[in-house]
Amino acid sequence: MPLYRDEAIVLRTHKLGEADRIITMLTRGRGRVRAVAKGVRRTKSRFGSRLEPGMVVDVQCYEGRNLDTVTQVETLAPYGDAIARDYTSYTAATAMLETALQLAEDLEPQTQQFLLLAGALRSLAERNHDPGLVLDAYLVRAVAVAGWAPSFHDCAKCGAPGPHRAFNVQAGGAVCSVCRPPGSSAPAPETFGLLSALLSGDWEVAAASDPRHRRQASGLVAAFVQWHLERGVRSLRLVDRG
Amino acid sequence: MYEGAVQDLIDELGRLPGVGPKSAQRIAFHLLQADAEDVTRLVTALTEVKAKVRFCEECGNVAQGERCRICADPRRDHSAICVVEEPKDVVAIERTREFRGTYHVLGGAISPIDGIGPDDLRVRELMQRLAGGEVQEVIIATDPNLEGEATATYLSRLLRTTVPDLAVTRLASGLPVGGDLEYADEVTLGRAFEGRRRVDA
Repeated sequence: MPLYRDEAIVLRTHKLGEADRIITMLTRGRGRVRAVAKGVRRTKSRFGSRLEPGMVVDVQCYEGRNLDTVTQVETLAPYGDAIARDYTSYTAATAMLETALQLAEDLEPQTQQFLLLAGALRSLAERNHDPGLVLDAYLVRAVAVAGWAPSFHDCAKCGAPGPHRAFNVQAGGAVCSVCRPPGSSAPAPETFGLLSALLSGDWEVAAASDPRHRRQASGLVAAFVQWHLERGVRSLRLVDRG
Repeated sequence: MYEGAVQDLIDELGRLPGVGPKSAQRIAFHLLQADAEDVTRLVTALTEVKAKVRFCEECGNVAQGERCRICADPRRDHSAICVVEEPKDVVAIERTREFRGTYHVLGGAISPIDGIGPDDLRVRELMQRLAGGEVQEVIIATDPNLEGEATATYLSRLLRTTVPDLAVTRLASGLPVGGDLEYADEVTLGRAFEGRRRVDA
């Protein structure tokens, strides 16, 4: 019975049978793992709250034919509990978890995605920044880590130095007036500034931004993420933007 | 594979939750050997459940008539509403015999990842019930998991802003009776500490 132990973030849970759950988690060393946690829905369960979405845990599983089974769990950081106490943070967190679920690959080490998601969840749980900004910063960086880094300054097509006026999702970010494909949007220059600040982690600039530019930026980020994932992120529609 | 009617029965039984092909076969043969009377009783129970059972107009619980037994009972305290996710939760709370008020069944919990938002639950119906002014207390009894907690947060935020005079309470969370302290997880144990009470000697 091959056992393994890894750090993991619980992404999603599904009910299974009477009292079990299927836990989908992002592990550091094995990518996305789906495992059965037996009896978690009983009040006497030893796992209790440890396997709720948004929890960072140290987990021991044994490999099964298609689903693994969770044998032991220790909490490393109970972010999920703190996040659920604020509705805006909760909706932002579910959108992050769903994006991570779609980006992650099975059986591949996902250290960077793991650290990025853990950092974003901590930021939400500790209420360091506005939840909407944390979500957008996470989304931009998650696609960047996955290999689709957007460009917010130089032209994404020809590399002409910016700043440029147009943004095109298919082209990969800002586009110059020559490369500009039809149907590109023309966001405000401040929106480009906010997007670069979110990508690079310049929180002072991001926190000083105007709500109008934040709205515009989150619209662009959502379109960019969903274009690259090739499918919709359902939770994004329900994010509570206050 | 069996012939005609027997195989049809096995296939239909196999679609029930928790019933696999072997169990379906066992139930089918049990029914074949049972008295015709017993089978007729099962058939009537099955058709009646679909024909007669409706959802209570007031609380959304399963009911035989327009209102469920609890909402129609004049001895129940109509000034307290306990908000739960599923009709199954009503039964669980009724078993405790601690609560004499009425219920409100939401029909699930907010879960954006499954595409369920506040508008998909019976929140508007709850607000309509509160508009009468008779209700003094709302007890939020959603499941103590992430979705349930978030639903509770959403509801308490909504109720605090729209009906400021209303007492809004949340079920306590803590150690299960008959459990072991060393096996309790950090969050549950933390909540038990947060909600500890003075012992009156």
